Amino acid sequence: MPEYHLLPDAAAVSATAYDYLWWYEVGIAAIMTALIFAGVFYFAIRYRRRSEADAPPMIEGSRFLEITWSVIPFLVMLTFFFWGAALYFRSQSPPPDAMNVYVVAKQWMWKVQYPNGVREINELHVPVGRPVKLTMASEDVIHSFFVPAFRLKRDVVPGRYNQMWFTATKPGRYHLFCAEYCGTEHSGMIGWVTVMEPKDFQNWLVSGGGEGSMASQGQKLFQQYGCSTCHLFDEQGRCPNLKGMYGSRVLLSDGRTVVADEAYIRESILDPNAKIVAGFSRDIMPTFQGVLNEEQVLELTEYIKSLAETHGGIFTDVQTGPTAGGGRGGSIANAGQGSLDTRGTSMTNQPPRPEANAQAQDATQPPAPLATSAGTGGKR
Amino acid sequence: MSTERREVTPINYLNATTGWKSWLFTTDHKRIAVLYLISITVFFILGGIFASLMRLELTTPQGDMFSSDTYNKLFTMHGVVMIFFFLIPSIPATLGNFLIPMMVGARDLAFPKVNLLSWYLYIAGGIFALAAILAGGVDTGWTFYTPYSTTYSNAYVMPAVVGVFIAGFSSILTGLNFIVTVHKMRAPGMTWGRLPLFVWSMYATSLIQVLGTPVIAITLALVGLERVFHVGIFDPAIGGDPILFQHMFWFYSHPAVYIMILPGMGVISEVVGCFSRKRPFGYSFIAGSSLAIAVLGFLVWGHHMFVTGQSMYASMVFSMLSFLVAVPSAIKVFNWTATMYKGSVSYNTPMLYAFGFIGLFTIGGLTGLMLATLAVDVHVTRTYFVVAHFHYVMVGGMVMAYLGGLHFWWPKITGRMYPEIWARIAAAITFVGFNLTFGPQFLLGYMGMVRRYHSYAPEFQPLNVLSSAGASILAVGYAIPFVYFLWSLTKGEKAPSNPWGAKGLEWETASPPPTFNFDHTPVVTEPAYAYAKEEEVHVG
Repeated sequence: MPEYHLLPDAAAVSATAYDYLWWYEVGIAAIMTALIFAGVFYFAIRYRRRSEADAPPMIEGSRFLEITWSVIPFLVMLTFFFWGAALYFRSQSPPPDAMNVYVVAKQWMWKVQYPNGVREINELHVPVGRPVKLTMASEDVIHSFFVPAFRLKRDVVPGRYNQMWFTATKPGRYHLFCAEYCGTEHSGMIGWVTVMEPKDFQNWLVSGGGEGSMASQGQKLFQQYGCSTCHLFDEQGRCPNLKGMYGSRVLLSDGRTVVADEAYIRESILDPNAKIVAGFSRDIMPTFQGVLNEEQVLELTEYIKSLAETHGGIFTDVQTGPTAGGGRGGSIANAGQGSLDTRGTSMTNQPPRPEANAQAQDATQPPAPLATSAGTGGKR
Repeated sequence: MSTERREVTPINYLNATTGWKSWLFTTDHKRIAVLYLISITVFFILGGIFASLMRLELTTPQGDMFSSDTYNKLFTMHGVVMIFFFLIPSIPATLGNFLIPMMVGARDLAFPKVNLLSWYLYIAGGIFALAAILAGGVDTGWTFYTPYSTTYSNAYVMPAVVGVFIAGFSSILTGLNFIVTVHKMRAPGMTWGRLPLFVWSMYATSLIQVLGTPVIAITLALVGLERVFHVGIFDPAIGGDPILFQHMFWFYSHPAVYIMILPGMGVISEVVGCFSRKRPFGYSFIAGSSLAIAVLGFLVWGHHMFVTGQSMYASMVFSMLSFLVAVPSAIKVFNWTATMYKGSVSYNTPMLYAFGFIGLFTIGGLTGLMLATLAVDVHVTRTYFVVAHFHYVMVGGMVMAYLGGLHFWWPKITGRMYPEIWARIAAAITFVGFNLTFGPQFLLGYMGMVRRYHSYAPEFQPLNVLSSAGASILAVGYAIPFVYFLWSLTKGEKAPSNPWGAKGLEWETASPPPTFNFDHTPVVTEPAYAYAKEEEVHVG
């Protein structure tokens, strides 16, 4: 039997903050409705027609009243505006230490991937008390990531990254809905967000991730598509070296400066001519639009991020990459792609593992050889 | 008996000429209004059937009555039909067409042939929409969001888009006709300050129709260009931007909300004044607020896009402007209420609908403020909260006003009275049914039920059942007037020229009016709504 509630769960910091504003507005609206209904009823009854000969006086109006009932409601509305804008501002500004999770939407499923390589479908696991930032991309049409218990919603728009962040407060399983109409099975594009105690979450996280971290997946792609030839080992200066690039300010050939963030990396992969770094030429790099899917672009992005974070150390990794990667050509990407669905589906049936084992790997640290190998072992 | 009656009936616009050609080739604004009345009623019934089927499906959480595709087509066609073929033409094309020339003391609109053309355009657009429905339907939602509509949908998008495109020109021409008529055709003495408030609201509506509708035409043309010729405009896979579509779409479609509601506000101003026997309180503020809504309404479209990823600062500006546009709407509600103060209020059917309008529009407006609040919108947008909000404005507001206006001017249009008792019963049933249908949807939205869902989480079922039950009551409330209006055409009591003791030039001519409205060009010598005998001015 389903349980019937009149109020949705509140399971995030944003939800509690939202509800205060919500009930404030409901209260004001109720008062206004009551005042107007009372006015209508009172006047309609008090001044009802008593005789067909009634001849009411002429009343032109009152400038004082008009100004009063324009200004006072507007002042009340300003409190709505500022309170709502403040919360909205906060919801758009993820803290720098937020845990990264990547979401790719497609007709009609949610694919979730953690930097350590754990993948899920229509499920998202997050810990209590820690900010989580979702970077979301769509493979096809517009979707919208909506978690009522968090009071948060963000469209997932093809051709760009949209981000949302939250801090969950209450363990449990909460609805995940697609909120933007996306075709036939729109109402089936649903799932669950599982909020776990931090320790349970870490156990859960290290028990998944069979294919290596997102960064190592990205590294394989980086090799496979020949990116490393120009972007890491090039002596002739055809392309900018990507070491340490992520998060830095990049001077463009047209004189503008941009911050090298996820969106910039994505654009540079799919539309290389959109922004040319100062000192480099157009039309050197081919476009990967239609070649790479959004998940692969995200993996490359994670890898490029890791080039910034781990400094020289990654160089050894890159050189050993091809050997570790095994098969070449399209097979790696395909293998990763094919196993994604089944793994994701099986993950959904995997209950959180309460028994603590190896110390959990921080999910924000992309290259996680220890965690992934431990995870693979636990899984198989 | 009936032959006797016909013999004494004077010549009027209905019996002046006969035969189907005299109707299909008429340039009489009153006959064109009747043509519109019949055609929009057909579309209203069609849209209502789609809605009923949706409510039937939603009584259970499982999508067990229709396939997902069928359900998606039902809500799409409900939206397309109700918005583009019922709500937008509703009051302007029927009551506006019928009344504006009479209210300003003219023989007809400025361009009678263009008026007929606009009806034919409406019908042509309607045929395309019907063709899309009969061919198999459209599944994009009435909003035609890209890239779903341009690249992914396999349904009959193009006929529907062409239909809406053509119907848009009907709207533009109607607006143009009204603007020119109000400027150039006013009778001697009918100054701007003496115009009925209905004319003011229709004038503001017409401005939006003329300035806004071309933008939706351009937008839909671009959708066609991308869907048929794969020109990359909105689909990022071929170099387009899907958010651009939303900007363009809402640049028209938010002002279009005011195309739908402003005429209703005009009707309510007339009705409240008449049945309170009072000049509407704050005439100039009500008139000015219509214009303010028309102007500010063009500046708030981005409030439909708070969660799309549009710039946070743009969202803040749109939020602030949305609160600003609420002020003129609030002014109207306060003024209607104040109009009854020291009045002589009677409870005839049009006034009952006006009460319903004020109450439901208030709720619709206040929930609109909640949606204009940035953070609140993030949770409840795209849910049933939005569905409930705009149905409170569009159905609770606009359809109530339309029905109120239809009852108010029915004696003038047909020369017959409707049965008052039945009409009051129907108004009450409509009010109850409406609240039962859409009230629960506010709660569903806050609980997180997403709109356009064919199946839903089981905990949402009780409120959905309540809503569907309400819809069946609402349907009865709409069916009763349909029956007695038809009945009244032949059996209704004959209407005097001014059954309500109302002020306004349309009440000074016969019911139904002669073809050219007035035997002599009227000369206006008193202000609008001069209900009071002597000029006794109170300043409250």
